[in-house]
Amino acid sequence: MSGNGSTGGRWSAGVIPYAEMGYWRPDYQPKDSDILAAFRITPQPGVPPEEAGAAVAGESSTATWTVVWTDRLTSYENYQGKCYRVEPVPGKEGEFIAYIAYDLDLFEEGSIANLTSSIIGNVFGFKALRALRLEDMRIPPHYVKTFQGPAHGIVMEREYLGKYGRPLLGATVKPKLGLSARNYGRVVYEALRGGLDFTKDDENINSQPFMRWRDRFLYCMEGVNKAQAATGEVKGHYLNVTAGTMEDMYERAEFAKELGSVIVMIDLTIGYTAIQSMAKWARANGVILHLHRAGHSTYTRQKTHGVSFRVIAKWMRLAGVDHIHAGTVVGKLEGDPNSVAGFYDTLRQDKIAADPVKGLYFDQEWASLPGVMPVASGGIHAGQMHQLLHHLGEDVILQFGGGTIGHPMGIAAGATANRVALEAMIKARNEGRDFLAEGPDILRAAARHSRELDVALSTWGDITFTYESTDTPDVAPTPVSV
Amino acid sequence: MRITQGTFSYLPDLTDEEIAAQISYALGRGWPCSVEFTDDPHPRNSYWEMWGLPMFDLKDPAGVLYEINECRKAYPNHYIRLNAYDAGYGRQTTALSFIVQRPPSEPGFRIDRQETSDRRVRVSLHAYATDRPEGDRYGS
Repeated sequence: MSGNGSTGGRWSAGVIPYAEMGYWRPDYQPKDSDILAAFRITPQPGVPPEEAGAAVAGESSTATWTVVWTDRLTSYENYQGKCYRVEPVPGKEGEFIAYIAYDLDLFEEGSIANLTSSIIGNVFGFKALRALRLEDMRIPPHYVKTFQGPAHGIVMEREYLGKYGRPLLGATVKPKLGLSARNYGRVVYEALRGGLDFTKDDENINSQPFMRWRDRFLYCMEGVNKAQAATGEVKGHYLNVTAGTMEDMYERAEFAKELGSVIVMIDLTIGYTAIQSMAKWARANGVILHLHRAGHSTYTRQKTHGVSFRVIAKWMRLAGVDHIHAGTVVGKLEGDPNSVAGFYDTLRQDKIAADPVKGLYFDQEWASLPGVMPVASGGIHAGQMHQLLHHLGEDVILQFGGGTIGHPMGIAAGATANRVALEAMIKARNEGRDFLAEGPDILRAAARHSRELDVALSTWGDITFTYESTDTPDVAPTPVSV
Repeated sequence: MRITQGTFSYLPDLTDEEIAAQISYALGRGWPCSVEFTDDPHPRNSYWEMWGLPMFDLKDPAGVLYEINECRKAYPNHYIRLNAYDAGYGRQTTALSFIVQRPPSEPGFRIDRQETSDRRVRVSLHAYATDRPEGDRYGS
């Protein structure tokens, strides 16, 4: 008997395994235009990995828990997510990487909200899996080209600021809560006149009783303008326009623009659609857009469940931010060197080859979408300059908050110490020196003509944060004997 | 004051030998060098005067240094900068830019503030030197 007119098999009413409904397709050759995803799956005991992979493909595309006859009104094979490969993770029993291909038709053009509602919508709560993590995605140029991308990008930002050949320097104003607007602007002025390119509001500085946004913007811009006069350089302060509604954010951003700010800032917590809206505003108004990844560690850090930051980095490049915090390697926050290298490549390069050592599962081609400037922030100081340049390269913003404001001679001196250290390291690198090995010597030599750097080195020279990372790639580079 | 535009303004002025090392780095990466000069140091003055065209085919650092010194002779009291340009696909912009000569004295900038409504202040940056005509700003 078949109540839905089916004769059995795939269309029998009831529940049949996802793998038998067309979501497990080991013979499938992904098309160039498919969106690909690599999921780390940890199936419940007794669930075969292929079935678990097929279930993820199904639940993130067309499937529901039971057979529905209405599928037969569609060219369902086109819309089904297809799990085309499942591989065990070496050394991690019970974990598998499932590769899934999605047809381009599944997604609305230029919408991170739509893309993510499909790919991470329902499937993460699925009972047949103990844990699920979206490790990486391949976004084909066909889909990339439907997004605006970074409002300005690395090249335009450098031309706009007139700053070339070195990382940019920044600092977050501290303490992050409690300063009055006038005191806050003092920190901005001192740090910028001392030699930083940018200062920054922290993620939770919005518009609180101790300092309302409009007052902050006015005093910060006074500080920025005075520092520009003191140095003859373009300076900026990331004015955080994060607010409860889009209307409030637009109002704050418009005011920042009117005051002549080169940059505004938003938090990841405002949501993907709001980020895309602000990116559109930033391009239309010639203002650089900084993104603070507030909240990301709630889903990026644990290795078996959540979404890898390399995926967030891809979504944010599509969404259109100009800056994003992406790890320091040597600072106080989570960041395995190889994983961070993968994030930085993803943000800055145009064509990136798959590289298991860096945790990159797919080739990624950005089709000339501008690069995003990564920002390194959190527990870094001038004494690490050689390591920072080695790990992070030149197109990066190095942010020394405590390492500027905590300087015993004052904020401007802290800023100068960082700038001297940076320029000395770039000069040495360009001269062909082995700056990583000789870093401490290069810094000491530079400190002979900079008391600010000398004092910074004796204050923080030996501070390091050496904790084991939780989010590391599965593949370790083969040690090379020397 | 000391204008801190350019990649190395927080270091002591580079010697010719140190400048040549930076030129070698640029040429080694396939970046042609160019020399520019100005007596208007406003940070939004994008277009300094070109001392000839970018030296696309010059591979010898000494040749670039020669042009810097010729420019110094012609404009002893101007700012002079050396640029290296990366024409690579996806880049196509300046890769390195640093000052190789400054005027003997740098008077700096004045802030002109125009108070408007709602506590807003319109600010413009005014280089003292540009009160005088071009070419006559830092002594001849």
